[in-house]
Amino acid sequence: MIELRLYLAQRISAAIMAPLVLVHLGVMIYAIQGGVSADEILARTRGSLLWGGFYGLFVIAVAVHAAIGLRNILSEWLHLRGLLLSGLCWFIGFALLAAGLRAVAAVVGS
Amino acid sequence: MPMPNSDHIKVKVWRGDAGGGSFAEFEVPQQPAQTVLDVVTWIQRHADSTLSYRFACRVGMCGSCAMMVNGIPRWTCRTHVNKVVQDNRLTVEPLRNLPVIKDLACDMSEFFDKWKRAEGQFSGTNTRAQAVAAISPAEPARRAANAAIECINCAICYAACDVVSWNPGYLGPAALNRAWSLQNDSRDRRHGERLRAISADGGCLSCHSQQGCASYCPNELNPTASIAGLKKMAASAFFRSR
Repeated sequence: MIELRLYLAQRISAAIMAPLVLVHLGVMIYAIQGGVSADEILARTRGSLLWGGFYGLFVIAVAVHAAIGLRNILSEWLHLRGLLLSGLCWFIGFALLAAGLRAVAAVVGS
Repeated sequence: MPMPNSDHIKVKVWRGDAGGGSFAEFEVPQQPAQTVLDVVTWIQRHADSTLSYRFACRVGMCGSCAMMVNGIPRWTCRTHVNKVVQDNRLTVEPLRNLPVIKDLACDMSEFFDKWKRAEGQFSGTNTRAQAVAAISPAEPARRAANAAIECINCAICYAACDVVSWNPGYLGPAALNRAWSLQNDSRDRRHGERLRAISADGGCLSCHSQQGCASYCPNELNPTASIAGLKKMAASAFFRSR
């Protein structure tokens, strides 16, 4: 059953990421049309619950998606199994989550 | 590819057993409408009688003569030499992803064990005292079963599958294709057990949809599509059980 849960978690996280990436790219292209500096961008994102939630959700989806994907690769190519495989994937997931949330905090924190 | 201007083909044949082996070279006279199985048979009858290989029906029904021909898994009885020969050369090896017994004969045990692990046996709901179940050929489930049912278990898909080569525990395309045909058979009573078996580690969720199986299946079946159907079925069952 764990295989099915991991499979579904990876597909659901992909389905979450896809529209978020499109919105991210769309907003970025729209926002820089008139020329915009990093300070101006930060002035708009700091303190914004909307952008905090938007990128926070993206980071969570990335951490879930990438950790499960790497689990498959480590299992198939390096033949890792059991606790070592699970431990490595939890580590990768938490490392991505920590790095991503730190970046989100820098963009939306004051 | 046109037939080269030569009356002999240079054939490299893998000789050995589970402990290892190497290629032996033979020159085989070309014949019109010659198949790769004809070439292997010529070698065994005229050049080296110790060559081991497997065949039975010679007409593409039994699924026993599959081998790697110039690196691609093929049913040798239905593969004409002039379609696959390259620079007047052929290389014939035992099927990939299966242990070798001797020369070109593979041990098919794990292939059929996985068929059983995937609950490939039919378990009917009716007894022989009951009337034959009436199933409309137009029924969507019956059409899905029909699309998958012509498998001859030649193991070409199994040899073509990279996931099998990476994960020896993976059930493989043939066993999962069989499971899909039974999951769509309303007369079968083990749908739940089979769904659990094919959702476990090494089951349908391990497939990366690379479609090697569909590319090389000699009967033009599409096990990748069957496996995609099983994935959908497993996911639906999971959400329905919540």
